Amino acid sequence: MSGANTAEGTEALLTATRLRKYFGSTAALNGADFTIDSGEVVAVMGPSGSGKSTLLHCLAGILDLDGGTVRYDGHELSALPDTERSRLRRSDFGFVFQFGQLVPELTCVENVALSLRLAGVARRRAESSATEWMARLEVDDVRDKRPGQVSGGQRQRVAIARALVAGPRLIFADEPTGALDSLNGERAMELLTGAARDTGAAVVLVTHDVRVAAYSDREVVVRDGQVLDTTARIAGTT
Amino acid sequence: MSIGTTLLGLLESGPRHGYDLKRLFDERFGHDRPLHYGQVYSTMSRLLRNGLVEVDGVESGSGPERKRYAITDAGVTDVSRWLSTAEKPEPYLQSTLYAKVVLALLTGRDAAGLLDVQRAEHLRLMRELTRRKTSGDLADQLVCDHALFHLEADIRWLELTASRLGRLAREVGA
Ligand SMILES: Nc1ncnc2c1ncn2[C@@H]1O[C@H](COP(=O)(O)OP(=O)(O)OP(=O)(O)O)[C@@H](O)[C@H]1O
Ligand SMILES: [Mg+2]
Repeated sequence: MSGANTAEGTEALLTATRLRKYFGSTAALNGADFTIDSGEVVAVMGPSGSGKSTLLHCLAGILDLDGGTVRYDGHELSALPDTERSRLRRSDFGFVFQFGQLVPELTCVENVALSLRLAGVARRRAESSATEWMARLEVDDVRDKRPGQVSGGQRQRVAIARALVAGPRLIFADEPTGALDSLNGERAMELLTGAARDTGAAVVLVTHDVRVAAYSDREVVVRDGQVLDTTARIAGTT
Repeated sequence: MSIGTTLLGLLESGPRHGYDLKRLFDERFGHDRPLHYGQVYSTMSRLLRNGLVEVDGVESGSGPERKRYAITDAGVTDVSRWLSTAEKPEPYLQSTLYAKVVLALLTGRDAAGLLDVQRAEHLRLMRELTRRKTSGDLADQLVCDHALFHLEADIRWLELTASRLGRLAREVGA
């Protein structure tokens, strides 16, 4: 299959073309284009209500499109059967959101190990990988506590460990530091982007905070359901 | 920053030669801009003239770089005064950018585009500082963080101005 190509002639990891998404009469996405290469960290910024979260959910195949295509690693996501798509999501994607993504009844280490367990990895091995990732994110000391018993900053690091543990190629993060103070937020970003760079994972990072966006390689701005690539724009002027 | 007062402060721990002062200054504060020797000697002669330092000894061979300087009581007072006085907050960039935005509006150019380009340039510098910060020591981190907070404030201003361009255009009569 021939796909959208980057300037270097190799296919991008993910390419979205002319995405449309309506909620009733609201056009949340109105012809949005987006592309990300392997290992790239791209910040998605823009005013509230401009369509950032909708874009992220469409890219990840969580929301169905009303128009356009998303190609990931040679597959057209919307053309895949549901089971295939969720399998791909589990094996290749990691997710970090602002709140409430951990299962409250499980301990932190069980939460981190969950995606490996679902993929059929034995408990001992899954929890030992989980513990390694928790150590890397400096939260191995809370491994046996439940999410409700740890601080917001620790919870967010546990969530980051959970997103990374299965070795995703693409991480979707929507305001991952939104609930943290600036020091904790920066530390979380440093750990997330550091781990992503070490493992070669790409990151789509939705954020309002320019200090958080500064951890990216490139920025796009969403305005009225469309994506403007301001980085390219300034590169073109210099 | 006041180079003179900073050099003066470095003398509080004991007398030093000019070249020693320069080395110490560069090591602690010269991340982006190391001092020129000329700058050190002209500054030291001014401090000498004003009685804030005195010559504590001269190495054989003479020449200005051989002088060893010691801080005087007046010098110590000067350092104290500098450290206890707030700096004037400088909205230096806003005045230039404000002028550009208004001029763009008045001449029918793309003011929103100008703000977008400036924002991207600010963020590019923030990225560079963030990279430097994450690979540096604590001193690098503190220096970079200060610049980052300023750039962040500028970006907030750029975004706010972008959202008020319509009103600004009406008010300046464009
Ligand atoms: N489930 C939904 N039902 C109805 N409308 C929705 C839904 N989700 C999003 N919208 C609308 O779509 C538009 C884009 O929303 P989206 O959540 O993508 O914005 P956002 O850029 O993420 O905003 P924020 O920065 O506030 O998170 C908004 O007008 C929003 O009200
Ligand atoms: Mg959102």
